[in-house]
Amino acid sequence: MSPSFHELSAGQDIGSRTIEVTRTDLVKYAGASGDFNPIHWNEAFATGVELPGVIAHGMFTMGAAVQLVTDWAGDPAAVVDFQTRFTKPVLVTDTTGTTDAGATIEVSGAIGKLDADAGTARVDLTVVAAGQKVLMKAQAVVRLS
Amino acid sequence: MTINPDLQGRSYPAAEVYDVGREKIREFARAVKATHPAHFDVEAAKALGHKDLVAPPTFAIIIAQRADAQLIEDPDAGIDFSRVVHADQRFIHHRPIFAGDRLVAELHVDGVRAMGGGAMITTRQEIFALTDGGNGSREAVATTTSSILVRGEGQ
Repeated sequence: MSPSFHELSAGQDIGSRTIEVTRTDLVKYAGASGDFNPIHWNEAFATGVELPGVIAHGMFTMGAAVQLVTDWAGDPAAVVDFQTRFTKPVLVTDTTGTTDAGATIEVSGAIGKLDADAGTARVDLTVVAAGQKVLMKAQAVVRLS
Repeated sequence: MTINPDLQGRSYPAAEVYDVGREKIREFARAVKATHPAHFDVEAAKALGHKDLVAPPTFAIIIAQRADAQLIEDPDAGIDFSRVVHADQRFIHHRPIFAGDRLVAELHVDGVRAMGGGAMITTRQEIFALTDGGNGSREAVATTTSSILVRGEGQ
């Protein structure tokens, strides 16, 4: 069910989602996206270029975070504009061979602004890993009926 | 290694065609942990009024980064890919991307700014779908912009 524009108000919560991430997820994202930068899958390489360890693709985090919005909107085609700044890397520890997550990303969203003329709602996402905001100005504009 | 400041304003014309396949949409959707049926089930997508599977909102990054590769792999640009960190990203969808689309991207280098020993490079990709006419006609699909930070030593 899609939300109706006239029932929304600025500040309204749209829910939250927890995303568990493993090194395997990063390999899958590398394959699916074509971004094979080894900082996303090779520890020695990542530390060799002065990173704290293997980090998630910013685009993995951005792409996974927006699922909260598409599921709320009821149609992925409703997301007409989506932007973010990547402020902190998501460090993903190696938990291969266990069922543990290598990182946990918490996503929550709220209506930031409504545009009655365009029939759009801007959803502002808060995306946190290891106690730090990893995305800033993560905003998705959704067209609603 | 230094970034060539003359990159700003450079454009790369649309090159290879990217054929959007259903399995690629499904694979990408799984990779970003998307579960919406419009990415997986053609009937579910059609029930929402779409002609075929709908790509996730960040799918265009595949086409955008292929276009960017022309710049990053250009020896004249002076970019060390291992020192590249993604700084920001935006997707403006003029229409959704569907399975069956044949997409091309034009690359524009909108900004090059020295930062410490490195540089911030802002690129824009204008993504079009080739339309059925086959006479070179095309339809605007998405405008994507991204900034990458090429870290200098010690950054």
